[in-house]
Amino acid sequence: MNDTLTIAVSKGRIFKDALPLLAAADVVPVDDPDTSRKLILDTTNPKVKLVLIRTSDVPVYVEYGAADLGISGKDTLLEYEGNGVYELLDLKIACCKLMVAGFPNAEAPSRQPRIATKYVNSAKRYFAEQGKQAEIIKLYGSMELAPLVGLSDYIVDLVDTGNTLKANGLEPLEHIADISSRLIVNKASMKMKHATVKAFIGKVAEAVAARNPA
Amino acid sequence: MTDSVSTKTDRWLLPEGIAELLPEEAIKLEQLRRRLLDLYHCWGYDLVMPPLIEYLDSLLVGTGNDLELQTFKIIDQLTGRLMGVRADMTPQVARIDAHMLKCEAPVRLCYIGPVLHTLPSGFARSRAPLQVGAELYGHAGPESDAEVLRLMVETLLTAGVENIHVDLGHVGIYRGLVQDAGLNTEQEGKLFEALQRKAKPEIEACLAQWQIADLQRQRLLALVDLNGDSSVLADARVALAGASQPVVDALENLSQIAARFRAHWADLPLYFDLAELRGYRYQTGVVFAAFVPGHGQEIARGGRYDAIGEAFGRARPATGFSTDLKTLVHVGNIESPAAGGILAPVIDDAVLDARIQQLRQAGERVVVMLAGQHGKVSCSGCDRVLEKQDDGSWQVLSLNS
Repeated sequence: MNDTLTIAVSKGRIFKDALPLLAAADVVPVDDPDTSRKLILDTTNPKVKLVLIRTSDVPVYVEYGAADLGISGKDTLLEYEGNGVYELLDLKIACCKLMVAGFPNAEAPSRQPRIATKYVNSAKRYFAEQGKQAEIIKLYGSMELAPLVGLSDYIVDLVDTGNTLKANGLEPLEHIADISSRLIVNKASMKMKHATVKAFIGKVAEAVAARNPA
Repeated sequence: MTDSVSTKTDRWLLPEGIAELLPEEAIKLEQLRRRLLDLYHCWGYDLVMPPLIEYLDSLLVGTGNDLELQTFKIIDQLTGRLMGVRADMTPQVARIDAHMLKCEAPVRLCYIGPVLHTLPSGFARSRAPLQVGAELYGHAGPESDAEVLRLMVETLLTAGVENIHVDLGHVGIYRGLVQDAGLNTEQEGKLFEALQRKAKPEIEACLAQWQIADLQRQRLLALVDLNGDSSVLADARVALAGASQPVVDALENLSQIAARFRAHWADLPLYFDLAELRGYRYQTGVVFAAFVPGHGQEIARGGRYDAIGEAFGRARPATGFSTDLKTLVHVGNIESPAAGGILAPVIDDAVLDARIQQLRQAGERVVVMLAGQHGKVSCSGCDRVLEKQDDGSWQVLSLNS
């Protein structure tokens, strides 16, 4: 009974990028998540199941043991307030940067700067480390709009190509953190299923190393 | 809803993380409480009852920052001083040993009582656990750690918890390695935080940035992977070879405790994790915890904390464990006491009265009907009834017949 694994993954880019790594550990989903409406996917390995959930829910599922493992962006983990999961492996997929962005060459406001972001904790922490008091406005999407309509002076967001910023007349200003996806593990699963979990992690780690020669 | 007056719909709402136990659960919990106190008594542990509330400075003395965050604070109207509602009974019990008992021989104490946390924790997001635990003071060897660990497992077994997995670690190993590497407090804090997440890439980056010598760096890095079954101890001796004496001693201490545990429970799954630093701020030696399948978090924890008595003027070796009775009731399997009872009619009859008295003394549950009682009889949980016989005596008959 101790050798089944449930892996929580978010739909979209992380899932697509993670597929080859999972395949290296002999885990291939039987159903296509784009066409199937199932939330729990069977895989070619009868002992491994995938659950598809929202990005920000992945650490929650893993911390409480609803999933043994999870694949989650570092941005989500930085934002997550619990510290109950192991972040064993950097998968080096879905890479991007968490950055402060704003209008190029704009003067800093004389009052407290207003920051629009989805990443409230990371933004707060970053500005505090810079010794700056900032007012944080939580938004759920389309951060780029906020400076354009005067809602905020800057935004804190993930930057990949920077094209969305450029199209809206903004540019990346300060680098906060490099982001990539991590393989996270429930603490109890790591202990109670250590043989299974370690074997799985070993295979994925090999695949990561093979794809990213030093 | 804009005004602060409770509406009818939320008048019954309890604060977040606060729960009440209904009869079915409450009786199980009470059953378990009695059995555990009996168990500790048989093992030679004396019950103590520290106060629910006390002055903050004495409540928090010698403990970490985490405990202060977890403590609810109240102003004492009599003195104007700040009081705290206990968030953990362990420091209170340590004070009782150091300050009140002043005994030179080893002292064994146990305790049970409600504690209050400012922040919800655990699977149930509870802020009001019912803490139960046992502490052994005045002995520094592996024998006392092994005894406390055994008692923790006995506690779980008493609660009917199955498939227990025990996790063992030792903070002395990490402490020794940090000292060898000469890390400052800030670096150590950062490394500790990353190690708790086993975030290997981050640990590698930190150690490289701080320019730690190769040997020390490799040993600290090895900690991340030193987890698994008992082969870990042998691996650790190789990976940490050449480390300073405290590290070697800690490893030896851990092996001895594990061997004592094994001698008793050969088939209970034992897991080692040398990077597990639960309660690191005040733990000084072995740390242990218990896990069960299907419950993603530990259900009981403990370890050695030799330094805490110092703050009370008498440093004494100390080791102990604690757990939450409410969690155990959920995870474990405690049978309710014998169900059923005897329904008695409401009649002025001296013979009936005497009979009821007699039955109750024999441990039976007798429910007397009330005049003009409404509702179903079955709600009283009775399965038998007292009926008057022709000779004037009262007989217990099955309710269904």
